[in-house]
Amino acid sequence: MKLKKRIPVIDQGDRLGFWGGKFGGNFVPETLKKPIEDLELQFNKLKSDKNFIKERDNHFKNWVGAPTRFIKLDNLTKHVGGAQIWSKVVSDANGGAHKIYNATVHCLLAKRSGKKVIIGDTGAGYAGKMLSMAAKKFGLKCKIFMGAKDIKRQQPNVKAMKKNGADVIPVYSGSQTLVDAVSECMRYWVANCDTTAMCVGSTVGPAIFVRICGWSTSQISRELKVQLINEFGEIPKKLKLYNCVGGGSSSFGFWNEFMDYNKKQVEFIGVEAGGPSKSKRHAAPLTYGSKIGILHGAAQYVNQNSDGQIEETESISAGLDYPGISPLHCFLKDVKRARYTAASDEEALKAYQIVTKYENLRPSLEPSHAFSVAIKEAKKFSKDTVVIINSCGDAYKDRGILEKKLGKKYVKSN
Amino acid sequence: MLNPISLAFKKAKDAKRPALLTYTVAGDSSKKQSLEILKAISNYADILEVGVPHNTPVADGGQIQTSSYRAIKNGIKMNDIFKIVSDFKKIKNSKPVIFMGYYNMIFQYGENNFLKKCKKSGVNGLIVVDLPWPENKIFSKKCKKNSINFIQLLSPTTSNKRLKSITKDAHDMIYYISMLSTTGGKLKVSPKKILANYNKIKKISPKKNCVIGFGITEKTISNFKNTDGLVVGSQICKEITRSLNNRQNPVINVSKMVSKLKKKIS
Ligand SMILES: Cc1ncc(COP(=O)(O)O)c(C=O)c1O
Repeated sequence: MKLKKRIPVIDQGDRLGFWGGKFGGNFVPETLKKPIEDLELQFNKLKSDKNFIKERDNHFKNWVGAPTRFIKLDNLTKHVGGAQIWSKVVSDANGGAHKIYNATVHCLLAKRSGKKVIIGDTGAGYAGKMLSMAAKKFGLKCKIFMGAKDIKRQQPNVKAMKKNGADVIPVYSGSQTLVDAVSECMRYWVANCDTTAMCVGSTVGPAIFVRICGWSTSQISRELKVQLINEFGEIPKKLKLYNCVGGGSSSFGFWNEFMDYNKKQVEFIGVEAGGPSKSKRHAAPLTYGSKIGILHGAAQYVNQNSDGQIEETESISAGLDYPGISPLHCFLKDVKRARYTAASDEEALKAYQIVTKYENLRPSLEPSHAFSVAIKEAKKFSKDTVVIINSCGDAYKDRGILEKKLGKKYVKSN
Repeated sequence: MLNPISLAFKKAKDAKRPALLTYTVAGDSSKKQSLEILKAISNYADILEVGVPHNTPVADGGQIQTSSYRAIKNGIKMNDIFKIVSDFKKIKNSKPVIFMGYYNMIFQYGENNFLKKCKKSGVNGLIVVDLPWPENKIFSKKCKKNSINFIQLLSPTTSNKRLKSITKDAHDMIYYISMLSTTGGKLKVSPKKILANYNKIKKISPKKNCVIGFGITEKTISNFKNTDGLVVGSQICKEITRSLNNRQNPVINVSKMVSKLKKKIS
């Protein structure tokens, strides 16, 4: 298994859509073969079409708001003592998270193929909120599938979806979280794929969805590369990019443009959700060595029992609460290009407290996982090391959980 | 000598009716009860599809999900499912049994081990919902080597080009999905249209037995008398749920239902 240089990772899969010969693929019902093939043909053509790229860039700039800020966290750097700590504030993007990139691209594709309805899954509610925004902008009807447990814990985003005119469909099966929402969304697509486009909310699902999502979020690293050169005149000699990993769309997008650099120069650190420290349950298949299995149409490392039933996960962060992980990250792990670790619920909350104490930044619970590990490791690094954390979501959606866990002042003071 | 699946089709054809295929979930609502159900309905059904329950099914509607989650909750494991089949076969050795499930269960068991175990317990065929053509080429060859029928699926979205390639690689039986739907959906396409597609398949591949599934119920089944076979699943699963909710015996109720279904196509 080898990572190739100068070929985008999203295009390094084989004929059947497998990265490294074993991650990804298309484990789908026969009915979906045709719509998937149609989408593949469309995307393969458009991704190098100058007009399409212009259109995308135009929406990213004028609607999403590119570039998002790249800022130094001076107070946090002083407090931690060690590496310089910076953040790419992707939560600046319209809607408050990176999910806007994938949602925008999927709506552009749906529009061009003449579809009138777009459906999507959501966990934290960001993927759903962004899809509802983009659908509204581009004149598509929108249906969002969301686990009943997540509907309860991410109310601000649910309200936003409804305000944008989306149907929010609660999913009551299984653990009532993201995994069940994705299953239900795929089932709906099986029954309606002739009229309806599907957007998968992360770099997961059948191979084409992994590719479209990775292509879309790569906007993050395209911006960062320019910002780094503006700031330092070059790509720093010791650069470390920390990102939380749920399905893996923000992290992949944060890293993509730096793929060909030696990992001694640009290191990628993915932080999965370790769950409550007292619980055996987690959402960290890469960190805890889960076996390869099939989930939502793709082969990947996934939490499962010996029979192949998918296991329930547990995490304070709805966006990371997923038993599987993108085939892209399975590949990056096995070729050793990226390193993966986990932070517990408690560690993420602690990191949230530290960041909000020292900085005027309010990362949601997902990026708080990445901050936790970055803060711990930055202590040990030299001053010329540049640590960057992707602050890919805003904590507004988590106010209910934060108030319950930390008290009112952590919600109000921010 | 015909394999048991082809023989079942031949017998139905001789009786001038389609073969009746039932689908029930292994372990629903318990290991013992699902075995009892198989025994009872095998008096009327020609081929038994046994669902291997999975907890993230991407193609199943509400009724089959309910049955599957119930079976999993009651602790059913892959080895129990093999045991149910071998216990059934001890009594009805000639009745063909087909597993229907998702690939991860096979993948975790190991393809070779899985097939060995199928052979040993008397499983005659496999329907793997999420292993389409051409992804299934290698595995379907392995099945053939082990005298297990790998059953290819076709759907209304299958292009003519795919149709030809898939039927060429198909074993003795093909499964046509009647409409764009998960299992358990209401028949939203006219029987005429479904039969037109069915006849198209038969024209390309006249020798292979083609069954129609999805949306087949007591209400709709008599529209399809001139076919090789018909699959009823969700309505049976729903009947199990209904019986349990009303504290009635699902074995009796389901077997009544299957007997009625058989009458409607005889
Ligand atoms: C803010 C935020 N970060 C991270 C994630 C995790 O997803 P991914 O790993 O695809 O970025 C989510 C998912 O909902 C999210 O909302």
